[in-house]
Amino acid sequence: MSKQIYFEDVEPGFELAPVEKLPTTQQLVMYAGASGDYYQIHYDKDFALANNLPGVILHGAIKNGFLGQLMTDFAGTEGWLKKLSVQYRGMDQPGSKVVARGKVVRKYVAGEEHLVDCEIWLENAEGKVTTPGTATVRLPARAPH
Amino acid sequence: MANKYVTEEVRKQIGVRSEPVTWEVERGAIIRFARAIGDPNPLFNDEPRARATRFGGLIAPPTFCRSLTPNIPIIKLDMPSFRVVDGGSDWEYFEPIRVGDRITVVSKLTDIREAAGRLGMMVIMSFEFTYTNQFGQVCVIQRSNLIRY
Repeated sequence: MSKQIYFEDVEPGFELAPVEKLPTTQQLVMYAGASGDYYQIHYDKDFALANNLPGVILHGAIKNGFLGQLMTDFAGTEGWLKKLSVQYRGMDQPGSKVVARGKVVRKYVAGEEHLVDCEIWLENAEGKVTTPGTATVRLPARAPH
Repeated sequence: MANKYVTEEVRKQIGVRSEPVTWEVERGAIIRFARAIGDPNPLFNDEPRARATRFGGLIAPPTFCRSLTPNIPIIKLDMPSFRVVDGGSDWEYFEPIRVGDRITVVSKLTDIREAAGRLGMMVIMSFEFTYTNQFGQVCVIQRSNLIRY
């Protein structure tokens, strides 16, 4: 477990530690089995090609999972991911790197909670964003506000 | 212009709910899900270390509910194509999901509308999935758009 981040440690513009992935077709099969999403476009190349796709493509939901990992890494064991929102705008294929990134856009106190809003996204090897999103986490605070 | 597919009759289905499904959350299912994502977080993989945290044991990663497949209400929609694409999800998290929990999933159609997009004429169906534990606590709500085109 990495070191816990506190509310006082971040300001708008703070960049989250990126999560880099190199998905393989094997990983997509593992994800199909673990999630129960057996749509063939994610592991059957002939099926994917017959459906006008360039080949098998990543499940949108596995990309959602990568962005979830980005946020639970950031929240640490003392924080809590409250909201996570992702939109699938572009396809990604196995064999090519994707990176989940994020930055803090706002920090505020609501009731008893110390909250941080983040802009998050998944980008492909060319740096193009295929999956933008937003997230809100509660962080522990060193001092009451 | 009048809608081609999403008629007033079709929109009357907004609010329709699925039959609930209850899943028991197995330890192995949480670990396999985390491994499939490639997420090494001890909270999702390492029981002794997870036990030493404030959670007191393994919890499910944020998108684990994707594996708790709901019944989908049958939506009557007279459209020639059956291609469906996942548009994305909005998640809200209220309580952790733990090993041994019995999670009941209910889905509800919250909107259905037509739009012209890069895929041509599309019908966007918005669903809300509610995941409730055996104590009646809502753990997670997922709002998801499915696009028919």
